[in-house]
Amino acid sequence: MSQQSQGGAPSVPVLLATHLVLVVTTLAVLYPVLWVLKMALTPSQAFSMDPMPFPTEVSFQNFREVIGTTAADGSWLFGRQLLNSLFVSAVTSALGITLACTAGYAMSRWAFPGRDIGMSMFLVTQMFPGVVMAIPLYILLDEAGLLNSMLGLALVYSTTAVPFSTWNLKGYFDTIPVELEEAALMDGASRWMTFTRIILPLARPALVVTALFSFMTAWNEFILAATFMGDERAFTLPVVLQSYVGDFGTEWGRFAAGSILVSLPVMLLFFALQRFLVEGLTAGSVKG
Amino acid sequence: MATLRLDGVRKSYGDVPVLHTVSMNVADGEFLVLVGPSGCGKSTLLRCIAGLEDISAGDLHIGERRVNDLAPRDRDVAMVFQSYALYPHMTVRENMAFGLRVRGAPEEEITRLVNQAAEMLALGSYLDRLPKALSGGQRQRVAIGRAIVRRPKVFLFDEPLSNLDAALRGQMRVELKRLHRDLNATIVYVTHDQIEAMTLADRILVLNGGLVQQLGTPAELFDTPANRFVAGFIGSPAMNFLKGNAQGGQVTVEGLSFPCQTSGEVEVGLRPNDLVLSRGAGPQATVDVVEHLGWEMLVHLQLGAHKIAARAETAVMGSLKPGDKVAVAAERAHLFSAVSGLRVQ
Repeated sequence: MSQQSQGGAPSVPVLLATHLVLVVTTLAVLYPVLWVLKMALTPSQAFSMDPMPFPTEVSFQNFREVIGTTAADGSWLFGRQLLNSLFVSAVTSALGITLACTAGYAMSRWAFPGRDIGMSMFLVTQMFPGVVMAIPLYILLDEAGLLNSMLGLALVYSTTAVPFSTWNLKGYFDTIPVELEEAALMDGASRWMTFTRIILPLARPALVVTALFSFMTAWNEFILAATFMGDERAFTLPVVLQSYVGDFGTEWGRFAAGSILVSLPVMLLFFALQRFLVEGLTAGSVKG
Repeated sequence: MATLRLDGVRKSYGDVPVLHTVSMNVADGEFLVLVGPSGCGKSTLLRCIAGLEDISAGDLHIGERRVNDLAPRDRDVAMVFQSYALYPHMTVRENMAFGLRVRGAPEEEITRLVNQAAEMLALGSYLDRLPKALSGGQRQRVAIGRAIVRRPKVFLFDEPLSNLDAALRGQMRVELKRLHRDLNATIVYVTHDQIEAMTLADRILVLNGGLVQQLGTPAELFDTPANRFVAGFIGSPAMNFLKGNAQGGQVTVEGLSFPCQTSGEVEVGLRPNDLVLSRGAGPQATVDVVEHLGWEMLVHLQLGAHKIAARAETAVMGSLKPGDKVAVAAERAHLFSAVSGLRVQ
């Protein structure tokens, strides 16, 4: 009996208990999300005190208002701000991956003076909260004329994306056997060809995961964006969301609708890249 | 194909010497096996020839060309790795074609050579599979195929069979022997398995601690080992060693006497197949363990203070059991200096 419960199908009470725990955990996780959804679908801007997470009245008014926000000159503001977020996140992600894949490879494969210190310094930069760097970065961006500039914000985000991506990719490159490169070198490939034809295709899961994390970090970042972006046409979506929280009251309905709209692109990316994500996160954990 | 010449090749990592002055010539079409225990420097020597490691001193020639400073890709050698090192994201066909493709060979030529190699290695039906869909033996054949499609001047094999099971290893050994005959290739082959070394090699280089112990044909190494290390390393089951004191032109150990031209402390080496067991008179040994191997058996004995192993025909001595007394005689002995370990006779 004990052997069966160890190796075969679990018994009914165990199965029930397992599912009960899973259902309760799922509900606990989903409850706040359903609450946000409820507020987004409720036409009122008030904060609901009803514990039930389902709306009594369904309306897409809040979504329409958030999406349809226009600037003083009548131009479509939300679209512009969505593009800002997409641009900043994509550039941060691309810059992070491009620089980090060569840096991570070099750190993984060559021993050179300063390598270990360099990697440690990369780690140290990750330890400071964004707000600590806000003032020096503000001065730097001001000097460079990059305040209110998407490129400026992307460069700022890259200062954390590159070290993070380098660490992540170095760790993955370490798991790729050196013999594969040696085999390619013996086959007649140059170092660069070995990197592009052998290493990068094999590191695809790690590249995707690293790019996704960099993208998400930039997509969700609020403090620096709120500090450096003064013009509402230069806002990224997290800054837009904050604008629904006023000094004298919060537009809960629009805030909730905005939160869902901001989450959607990242969720879609997650679903699209799910396969790589699992491969990337489990890579190296099992030999062979 | 080409010759390979090493003149005083040395390799150190910092202050730690790994290879001490290795000199040898490998003839065109010769199958040379580098053999020795783990850490003896045989793989390092192979990697030096491949160009994956720089040599610290000496000269390396492939054909007439000095290749010390050439990158691996410019040496025109191919290597088969212990781990196979197949590109996991490429099919068998792409793996085998990679070397030709990066060297800019025309596609028709690539197709022809890959198909030819696949046919030679019975890989025709696996060409569109990824390496993960192949068995260990098939992967090894792909690794060999990847090496032979380029028709390099020298093939280097780094313990290519060590990841295979015993049956497959035996089969691949025969295939490698056949391949060498068909290609007439110059091959340098690293192994720690002395059966592989004996069966495959035209000549064997025995290394220990980065030092060349002996270079010769398998028969030379077996019949006239240059020192105690080679004597103990080559031959399976291993040679028995008995310590004795030579004087008056002979040495006697445990009742067995052998002529000896030197005097002083010597080690007497007796191969298990040179020992004869009988029920008759002579120095008596006590049977400890009997291993039956079919038509023959390996008998472990206590002879005086020494433990020794002897081969015996099952038909003759099949009834032996632990505790029995048997007479031991030796048809041949190898004598080594107890001080230097060098062969004295």
